[in-house]
Amino acid sequence: MQIEATINNQKMTLEVAPDELLSDALRARGFLSIRQGCDTSCCGLCTVWIDGKPTLSCTTLAFRVKGKHITTIEGVRQQAEEFAQVLAAEGAEQCGFCSPGFIMTVLAMKQELKNPTEQEIIHYLTGNLCRCTGYLGQLRAIKKYLGGA
Amino acid sequence: MKYVGKGVPKIDSLRIATGHPVYTEDVVPANPLVVKILRSPHAFAKIINIDTSKAAELEGVVCILTHRDVPKTRFTLAGQSYPEPSPYDRYILDEIVRYVGDEVAIIAAVNEKIALRAMELIKVEYEVYEPVLDFETAHEHPSVVHPETDLICNVDIAMQQDKNIVCSHYQEIGNVEQEFAKCAVVVEETYYTQAQAHAMMETYRAVSYLDHTGRLVVTSSTQIPFHIRRQLARALEIPASKIRVIKPRIGGGFGGKQTGAVEVFAALVTLKTGQPAKIVLDRRETFTCTTSRHAMRIKVRLGADEEGYIRALDIEGLSDTGAYGEHAPTVFWVLGEKTLPLYNKTRAVRYHGKVVYTNKMPAGALRGYGATQGTFALESAVNKLAEKLHMDPTELRLKNIIRAGETSLAYHGKILGSSTLHQCIERGKEMIRWQEKYPRQEISPNKVRAVGMAVTMQGSGIAGIDTASAEIRLNDDGNYTLLLGSTDMGTGSDTILAQMAAEVLETSLDRIIVHAADTDISPFDPGSYASSTTYVTGMAVVKAAMDLVAKIIAQGAFLLGVPEEEVTFNGEVLQCGEKTLTLQKLAELTVLGTGKLQLVGHGTFGSDVSPPPFVAGFAEVEVDRETGKVELLDYVAVVDCGTVINPNLARIQVEGGIVQGIGLALYEDVKYDAKGNMLTNSFMQYKIPCRKDIGNIRVAFEESYEPTGPFGAKSIGEVVINTPAPAIAHAVYNAVGVRVTKLPITPEKVFQGLQKK
Ligand code: FES
Ligand code: FES
Repeated sequence: MQIEATINNQKMTLEVAPDELLSDALRARGFLSIRQGCDTSCCGLCTVWIDGKPTLSCTTLAFRVKGKHITTIEGVRQQAEEFAQVLAAEGAEQCGFCSPGFIMTVLAMKQELKNPTEQEIIHYLTGNLCRCTGYLGQLRAIKKYLGGA
Repeated sequence: MKYVGKGVPKIDSLRIATGHPVYTEDVVPANPLVVKILRSPHAFAKIINIDTSKAAELEGVVCILTHRDVPKTRFTLAGQSYPEPSPYDRYILDEIVRYVGDEVAIIAAVNEKIALRAMELIKVEYEVYEPVLDFETAHEHPSVVHPETDLICNVDIAMQQDKNIVCSHYQEIGNVEQEFAKCAVVVEETYYTQAQAHAMMETYRAVSYLDHTGRLVVTSSTQIPFHIRRQLARALEIPASKIRVIKPRIGGGFGGKQTGAVEVFAALVTLKTGQPAKIVLDRRETFTCTTSRHAMRIKVRLGADEEGYIRALDIEGLSDTGAYGEHAPTVFWVLGEKTLPLYNKTRAVRYHGKVVYTNKMPAGALRGYGATQGTFALESAVNKLAEKLHMDPTELRLKNIIRAGETSLAYHGKILGSSTLHQCIERGKEMIRWQEKYPRQEISPNKVRAVGMAVTMQGSGIAGIDTASAEIRLNDDGNYTLLLGSTDMGTGSDTILAQMAAEVLETSLDRIIVHAADTDISPFDPGSYASSTTYVTGMAVVKAAMDLVAKIIAQGAFLLGVPEEEVTFNGEVLQCGEKTLTLQKLAELTVLGTGKLQLVGHGTFGSDVSPPPFVAGFAEVEVDRETGKVELLDYVAVVDCGTVINPNLARIQVEGGIVQGIGLALYEDVKYDAKGNMLTNSFMQYKIPCRKDIGNIRVAFEESYEPTGPFGAKSIGEVVINTPAPAIAHAVYNAVGVRVTKLPITPEKVFQGLQKK
């Protein structure tokens, strides 16, 4: 079926199969920042924003974004890089495979929560798994980033 | 030093973190065939008949391969230097399937949907056998997992195929029984460590195609490009010179990608069809059809004299390798290698036991590689011994552990080059405030807090076997290309190796181009495993850089017309008295005009020792007496990895390893049902720690200087996973008196232990 959606501020017409997942649809159209780490909506790697809200693209049917705004990390390059720099200064990205989804969630959190406590940060990001870093370095980076912003 | 010891960001950090296309699946040639695997529903069966005719008729299906269509050479998927100690016990596809998920047919189609549809249309008839599922009775089971007659062992590992025994091992130094008889205190306990999944975020994947000369190119998320090339050559029965293996960025490995889980399937499809092919395992396949940590039963006996000196140590292991013997002997050997030398006041030590085949998913390499299992058992036993001796467990260790300059019965007559483990223990005690907290504090009628500890060692590279090479080229405009065959899985090894090169060349990091890894271009390196990259490849890089500096000076002297000995080089300028020449000019002159020679530095390094890094780990837990729930409040790890080359990256390595160790201690467990189906086949059932599960983790370094290492460095990648399980188990015991000997330490086990008291 054909739908219209806005991806990273660009209006697009997409031909999607009824059972096509948003993550696959985006990757197929060249948004290669979309990573997947599970098939059970457990890992958060595939997180994008739909109308500004962090959403798991692996469990969203592509046709459901009809008329909506989708943002991938390609659409927020500058912000993403700002945070990535803090993350890298901490050494807190290792393989980086979880990072795009993680960063999309962090940026969304920054918009949503005012002066979050450590507990609130951890809670907000619970759905974003990372097998490499052990999470603490990510937390230090977030605190620096929020403190400095 | 300008670069060594500095926490510089990783050279690839921004690109990987912000989602650029740098991983295997992002660099796929256009329209590859999609490869899917039909897998066995039975734990043990023989394929009587496969009918692929219906599936083959489906439009878009390009090829279907069964055991009838594949080369019949036995090989191993283990990523080890030739001759691999792992048995050659596989075909690409076999008539016999040995675990639920074992490969039955390879399907290649123009897209995933068609491939999956075709899979449903393949009809397979099986003769189902009685599977061997319990590793403790596998050796006496009437079923033989590997009845084939063409299985090959490169080295004598004392295999007994008919008894499902992959290998047996016996090592005794001194007379253990005699020493036990003289001991004042003896403890004995049997421990069980579970299978653990790697759960790296990027699942297994590979892409293959034929290049302009018809050679097979395989791009893979692998830790071992050179071993994959050799593996493919053997399995596919083609010369290695016809194969090129490229490793792009890797989304985590942890040893899982030291086993060639997928490459051979895509490669075979490409060879059969001439077309590009890609295989991407989904999470379920990654959990159920690749490898896990070897589950083990480990019996430890420890004997000490009245003063608390450990005099006799006896470890007996039984390891479950599952359906195939990848890394079976070596993981088992490492258990002894990395535990026996730690306490060196012993007068006799013994390590023995066997590894068995079962009809479960194969086990393979996983961070810690046997040392993890051994550390849990040995350290738990040492803690038990401390209690029996009425000694503080930290004191017991300080008294018994090996020091730098000393040797140990099981250290093969070598002298330990470096260790600050004593300081690590002292520092960790202070950080966790051991004196105030040991053993426990009552918080409320139900809640008790307690501390526990453990120490561990690992190695750096494989002594006497693995050798790495590195090359550094001086380019036309005065920058350098560092060519590596090691594989950065995210640890930052490319950056660390570039830091070392920059230090020797006295140049800046941005003037070094790092290239890794591509078997056509990279110098040989066994790959990144066994904690070898910083130490082994690092030393090769240092040597290559020194070689290049010498060549630059020689060339400079020649161009300046002065004797070599009188030339100095500061990274920028060559000087002899009044005469100077810039590096840039020299670089230009080496590629311009006739009779010139581009300068390349070479370095090769293999070590006859595997210097151990050390960790002292301390856990503080709170246990709920009513529910058995264990909450980890605080974890302190003090690490001796020699010189810390990059403190930021090292710290994250420690934190990440500890969290994986916490997972092993408290949550993770690969479980099967009575028929051999894996129950923990998704992140719903297989619980890796999330942000809320880990409490606080604090890391400190007590640097030592390893004389055989680059700038004094040792390894860090694996050792850090070893202490959480024994330290947490100890803390739980100190809290409520329940000794959990079977990982993971679940609330049920603690609760049941409490009921029994
Ligand atoms: S891929 Fe894991 S949550 Fe979407
Ligand atoms: S950095 Fe590898 S999974 Fe997070």
